[in-house]
Amino acid sequence: MKHRTIELVLFRLWQAVPVLFGVIVVTFILTRALPGDPAVYFAGPAADENSIAEIRKSLGLDRSLFEQFIIYLGDLARGDLGQSLSTGQPVLNDLSKRLPASLELTFSALILSVMIAVPLGILAAMKPGHWVDHTCRFLVTAGVSLPTFFTGLVLIFFFYYIAGIAPSPIGRLDFVYLPPPTITGFYVLDSLLAGDLETARAAFAQLILPAITLALFTLAPIARMTRASMIQALSSEFIRTARAAGLSSRKIIFTYALRNALLPVITTLGMVFSFTLGANVLVEKVFAWPGIGSYAVEALVVSDYAAVQGFVLSMAVIFVLLNLTVDIIYTLIDPRISLES
Amino acid sequence: MLKRAHEQSPLMEYRAASNALDANNGTSETYARRIDVGKTAKLLKHIVYVLRSNPITLIAFAGFFLIIFLALFGPFLVPYDPLQTNAAVALAPPSSQHWFGTDQLGRDVFSRVVAATRLDLLISVSAVFISFCVGSLVGSLAGYYGGWIDKVSGRLIDTIMAFPLFVLAMGIVAALGNTIENIVYATAIINIPFYARVVRAEVNIRRNAGFVQAARLSGNSDLKILAVHIFPNALPPMMVQISLNLGWAILNAAGLSFIGLGVRPPTPEWGIMVAEGANFIVSGEWWLAFFPGISLMFVVLTFNLLGDGLRDIVDPAQRT
Repeated sequence: MKHRTIELVLFRLWQAVPVLFGVIVVTFILTRALPGDPAVYFAGPAADENSIAEIRKSLGLDRSLFEQFIIYLGDLARGDLGQSLSTGQPVLNDLSKRLPASLELTFSALILSVMIAVPLGILAAMKPGHWVDHTCRFLVTAGVSLPTFFTGLVLIFFFYYIAGIAPSPIGRLDFVYLPPPTITGFYVLDSLLAGDLETARAAFAQLILPAITLALFTLAPIARMTRASMIQALSSEFIRTARAAGLSSRKIIFTYALRNALLPVITTLGMVFSFTLGANVLVEKVFAWPGIGSYAVEALVVSDYAAVQGFVLSMAVIFVLLNLTVDIIYTLIDPRISLES
Repeated sequence: MLKRAHEQSPLMEYRAASNALDANNGTSETYARRIDVGKTAKLLKHIVYVLRSNPITLIAFAGFFLIIFLALFGPFLVPYDPLQTNAAVALAPPSSQHWFGTDQLGRDVFSRVVAATRLDLLISVSAVFISFCVGSLVGSLAGYYGGWIDKVSGRLIDTIMAFPLFVLAMGIVAALGNTIENIVYATAIINIPFYARVVRAEVNIRRNAGFVQAARLSGNSDLKILAVHIFPNALPPMMVQISLNLGWAILNAAGLSFIGLGVRPPTPEWGIMVAEGANFIVSGEWWLAFFPGISLMFVVLTFNLLGDGLRDIVDPAQRT
C-alpha cells in the first residue's frame, strides 16, 4: 500500500514534466516574439551599430532558434531570467524579494474565501430550488461578475474615505512601522512571531481590504462546486443508510456528506489559483501592494520585457507546482484514485 | 405533464423540467405520450417554462437587449461628445446636466460610459468569435479523428491552461505589442481551450453513433459528416459557453486596459476609465471610477446570468 502511494506520487510528478516543458517553450516564444529587434531594444536608445551587434551576439540572437532555445534552457537552469531594465537587478532577485507579499495576499484571500464559500455551498445544497439556493446562486454569480479592480476601489472608498476605518491603501505596512524581521516573509505572521502585536495589527489592517477583494472574486467557483458535490453526496446511498439508521442530520451532513463532498472542492482549488494569480495583478495595482503582480505592471509600463516574461514564467511555474501539490494531496487522501485516472 | 407540474412546488417543477429533457435521450412513458407535440413547440414551451420558474433569466435577457441597443445606437444618443473637454466644469459631481458627473478634464462621464459600450463589446465579441472558430475546428478534428491530432492539440491546450490565464494574456500583449488588436488576440488565445474541450467531448461521444454510421454508409465524406451531422449537436452547450465566456472576456479586456495595455487614454473604455478614476477615489470624487465600473459589472453579470439561464434551458442536469 505504502509502495503504491509513492508510485502514484512519482507518476504525478512525471506527468508535470511535459507541462513544465510546454510552459518554458511558450515563454521562450514570447521572449523571441518581441516587437522589432530585441538587440536594438536591449541596447537602449543611445546605441550605435557596433554595440547593437555586440548585444545581439551576447544575447545569442545571431544563432539558430534551436540553439537559442538551448541557451535559454541553460540560463533558466542557472536561475538567470535576465536583467530588469528599470531596477537594474536580476529579474529573479526582484521576483523572489516581492513574492512573499503576493503569497501572503493570495493565501489570506483563499482562506477567507473558503471560509465563506463552503458554508454557503452547504446551505444551498441542503435546500436546492429553495430561495436560499436562488439567493446564493445570484450572490455567487454577482461575485464573479465584479471586476476585481473595481471592487477594490469601492472598498477603499467606503472604508478609507467615508468610514475612515481602513488605513490608506498604500502597500503592506504604514511607513511609521518597521517591517518585522524576515522569517516567513509574511508580515502578519512574522510580526506575531517576533511578538510585536502592534505591527501585526497594522500589517493585518493593510491586508484585510485587498484580501476581501480577491476573496469576493474566488467565492463563486468554490461555492458552486461545494453545492454541486454536496447535493451529489447527500443523494448517495450511504447517506440514505445513515438517515435510515436514525443518525442526527448534523452528523450526517458534517461527518459523512461534507467529508466526501470536499474532495472535488479541492480539485476546483487548482482552477481558483489560476483566477487568483491573475486577479492578484489587478488587486496589487489598486492597493499599491508591493508584490510580483505590481512589479510586472510597472515593468509593462516602461516596456521592461525581461521582467514581464520572467514574471509570466514564474507565475506559470508556481501554478503548475500548486496544481501538482493539490493533485498529490488528493492522491494521498483519496484511496480510490488509481494510476489510470 | 407540464400542466400538472405547475400546481406543485418550484422544486417539482424543476424536476419535471429535467425529466422532460431527459426523455429526449431515453425512452420513457412521458416521451411516448408527448411525441405528437411538435419539436419546436415543445422547445418553446420549455423555454417559457424555464423562464417562468427563474425570473432572473428574464431580467438577464432584458439587460442583454439593452446592452446591444446601447452598443449599436449609444454614440448617437449621448448628450455630449465623449472626447469634448471643458475645464470650466471639471470634476463636477453628478447633476441634472451631467448625470454621471464630469471627469478631471470636464468630459461628461455619462456620455463616455455609454460610448464605451461599443468598444468593450466589440473587443470581447471578436475575441470570443475567434476562440469559438479556432476552438471548434481544433476540437472537432481532435474529437473525430483522435490519434496524433488529438494528442498534439491536447498538449497545446494543457500548456495554455498551465498558465494563470490573465497572466498569459499580459505576456502575449507585452510580446506582440501594445495594441487593441493584440488584446483581442490574447483574449482569444486564453479562451480557446474552453471551446476546444467542449467541442472535442461532444464530437467524440458521437463519432460512431448510429446516425453518423448511416451518414458514412451513404457515402458522405468525413468532413461533411463532421460539419453537417456531428458539429450542430455541439452548438447548444457552446451557446452556454459563449455567454459565460463573453462576460469573462469583457472582464479580461477591461483588466488589461486597467493596467495600461491596449486602449489609449482619450478613448472611452471602461477599464481605462476606472484606472483614471482610481486616482480620485481617495479624494472623494467617486463618480469617475464608479459609473464605468458599475457598467462593467452590469454587463458581465448580465452575460453570466444569461449563460446560467441558457444552461437551464439546454441542459438542466448540468445546473450547479
